[in-house]
Amino acid sequence: MNSKGPPRRARSGHANLTAHGEPWVWLTASSLALAIAMIVGLLSFIAWRGLATFWPVPLELVMLTDGRRLLGEVTEQEPVEPATAAAVGHPARRLIRTGDFDSSGNHYEWIDDPTITEIARPEWATVVERLDAGRLHGIPRRLLHGEQVVAEGAAEVWKAFGREHPGARGRLLRGLRIDKHERGELQRQLRAARLAVVQAGLDAGAGSERQAEAEQREQKLAGEIGRREQALDEETAKLRGENAGWAVEFETASGGSVPVPLDGIVRAWQPNRLSLAGNLGVYFSRWGEFLGDDPREANSAGGVFPAIWGTVTMTLIMALFVAPFGVLAALYLREYASRGPITTAVRVAINNLAGVPSIVYGAFGLGFFCYVVGAGIDDVFFKASLVADGQPTFGTGGLLWASLTLALLTLPVVIVATEEALSAVPNSMREGSYACGAGKWQTIRRIVLPRALPGIMTGLILAMARGAGEVAPLMLVGVKKLALELPVDGTFPFVHPEREFMHLAYLIYDVGFQSPNSQAARPMVFTITFLLVAIIALLNVAAIWLRSRLRRRFVSQHF
Amino acid sequence: MQSLERPSQGIGSEAVGRPTEPPPDRLIAVAAGLEVEAEVHDGVLKEPPVLEIDRFNLWYGAKQALHRIAMPIPLNKVTALVGPSGCGKSTLLRSVNRLNDLVQSVRITGDMRLNGDSIYDPRMDVIELRKRMGMVFQKPNPFPMSIYENVVYALRIDGETSRGVLDEVCEMSLRGAALWDEVKDRLQDSALGLSGGQQQRLCIARAIAAEPEVLLLDEPCSALDPIATGKVEDLIQELRGRYSVLIVTHNMQQASRSSDYTAFMYLGRLIEYGATPDIFTKPVLRETEAYVTGRFG
Ligand SMILES: Nc1ncnc2c1ncn2[C@@H]1O[C@H](COP(=O)(O)OP(=O)(O)OP(=O)(O)O)[C@@H](O)[C@H]1O
Ligand SMILES: [Mg+2]
Repeated sequence: MNSKGPPRRARSGHANLTAHGEPWVWLTASSLALAIAMIVGLLSFIAWRGLATFWPVPLELVMLTDGRRLLGEVTEQEPVEPATAAAVGHPARRLIRTGDFDSSGNHYEWIDDPTITEIARPEWATVVERLDAGRLHGIPRRLLHGEQVVAEGAAEVWKAFGREHPGARGRLLRGLRIDKHERGELQRQLRAARLAVVQAGLDAGAGSERQAEAEQREQKLAGEIGRREQALDEETAKLRGENAGWAVEFETASGGSVPVPLDGIVRAWQPNRLSLAGNLGVYFSRWGEFLGDDPREANSAGGVFPAIWGTVTMTLIMALFVAPFGVLAALYLREYASRGPITTAVRVAINNLAGVPSIVYGAFGLGFFCYVVGAGIDDVFFKASLVADGQPTFGTGGLLWASLTLALLTLPVVIVATEEALSAVPNSMREGSYACGAGKWQTIRRIVLPRALPGIMTGLILAMARGAGEVAPLMLVGVKKLALELPVDGTFPFVHPEREFMHLAYLIYDVGFQSPNSQAARPMVFTITFLLVAIIALLNVAAIWLRSRLRRRFVSQHF
Repeated sequence: MQSLERPSQGIGSEAVGRPTEPPPDRLIAVAAGLEVEAEVHDGVLKEPPVLEIDRFNLWYGAKQALHRIAMPIPLNKVTALVGPSGCGKSTLLRSVNRLNDLVQSVRITGDMRLNGDSIYDPRMDVIELRKRMGMVFQKPNPFPMSIYENVVYALRIDGETSRGVLDEVCEMSLRGAALWDEVKDRLQDSALGLSGGQQQRLCIARAIAAEPEVLLLDEPCSALDPIATGKVEDLIQELRGRYSVLIVTHNMQQASRSSDYTAFMYLGRLIEYGATPDIFTKPVLRETEAYVTGRFG
């Protein structure tokens, strides 16, 4: 060897484990696998529980050693080995949804297995969903119309029920619709006229000519509305009269007989004799009610349509607010503001805002939007309502304030994402545009924004997902347990930003923890959760689809 | 041969520590920070100029990137800027359309004149100024929009909406950039779907769409393969005589083939400037000869 200079540093001849990084591959891969497993587990749990809620379950007639008989769905089973029964404190047992609240006062009952003497599945056992008072489990005995017995015996009654029930139910719904919409509309008109009188008094002084005029108008309207209400009264009386007297008599497990008005039955089915198609029919009919109807019985039954509507409109209006504000703020921060300590401070502050607990925003929304801005608006524009019946219009929670509060909450997300997207736009594109003689705004509008749009959409998706699932601040600024008047509906002016509304996330909390019948409500909790997840996913899928379309247009596939 | 005094004659040249005796090797002198007189051939000075660069200095922060550049750019001729990497060619080019305004740390003295209008006059509207020039960058930078919209971009921002005018300009420019036949059936497709060479020719079409007084090309072929390079060179040949072109290139063959005049820069200074055949075959300075023949640089 005659090498000149310093000798080469010897390098180890064999590559060791860390060089190949095998352990790191395993570590990172298993973390990912764990994360995926957790997410998939969560989603499938919710989906399974949520989707199973409405599937008909067989009714079992359970006879006990003490002579009692129960007819119900077995909703839970706790197998306990006889040897360990003493340690556990009870033998094997099952939870039965009895549907016999009228006589026992319970919706559910735990039954110890050793006390069961016999279990049967009576063919004609029927689940009756009633408009109020919950479920009833029993066997149809007679169909009555006043004193007259229309049908007798389970099979006959069931046939007659199928014939008579749709009509009765239709008449009932028609009556309810008249009460809710048509009468509600008349009441609204009357109130508006009364407020006009008060407003005239406020504007021109009490006893003024204008007020007298308004009073006259109100009286005229009141007369007319009285006539129209009378017509509605007649119509509803007719509908009710046609339904009156119709009743189905059910024999319960305990031997009693319970008459149920025909129009008080939402739906009835006999799970023990349903075919697959029949099961599917009941299943989808219940989903239909769930998605499309108003809630009943303290939200634990019926549908959640107002909450779906509220969630979606609130989220969309929030996006409508947050998108322009966030994008403009980020544009200024990234494109116009000169780099310096102030810009940096602002950026840090925005990042920190993203970490503020959401209830803080709720408190701010209540204190600022409702009590300051809303009260101010009421004072100027809706004084009459305040004076007439002390009812604030904007001075209390409502759709507008809730959307604004959440827009504020999600603003940092949008700003940060937009800034990121803007800084990812290559400078060469900006320079190319300037070199063509474009001004700064032209460059931003024609080059930078279109190119950054997919990234901005990503931020908006994140913001919407976060906003749609938020509960705490909403409870302070306008979400209510029950608000059947939709914030966006078919009556003028179609959007009612001052109305309180329902929200799925809050409904989960309400149904799960505030319901008087929490056992029965529990499956609903999962169904609503599933629905919320599905709606958020749907909103996101729509946004992602939009984004991928934009991306295809704006980002090069060449390298 | 005449040293560069003419552009500054009327204004009166100040005494800069000019060495009475040029050192044997100017490049060493330049590196040592001495002021060196540029060799500007007579032929250049006789041409009518479209652009006059008048004792132009530029600093990035505290670092001076251009030193007293003084050179006229002849009208309707192709002028090549050559020199080793980092010598300030791009900086000079970007100073012509004031793109350096966008860099916060930049400071300048001296001036340039485009057809007699002072470029760095505070009253000069920089947007109006840039509308009088076209620029093509080292890396193709098509905009994220259709081919058609890319080409007519300059007209669009001027508010031109007449379909007829836009269509005509689009076809003319694409034909001018030798791209028409390749894209005429897909004008509404995204420009980002074009190949690199097509993208660069698209950028050239975009730059000539508004009939600029000067066309600035910053190494337009550096990202292209030989075939695309050949097409761009052919294109420059076609533009010759109709447009005033200032082109930066590292490719000596390209400079000698396609330019009328060549300027050699080194460390922010103009070293020698003259007709291309002269620079490549009988330069005044042996430093220039060393660079263009590849023995240095
Ligand atoms: N934005 C900037 N800030 C600070 N210094 C810069 C900036 N741009 C360029 N410079 C410096 O100015 C000098 C000239 O750069 P310029 O880009 O003009 O060189 P060039 O001749 O175009 O080189 P190349 O042939 O590699 O493109 C270099 O030393 C470079 O480091
Ligand atoms: Mg360069």
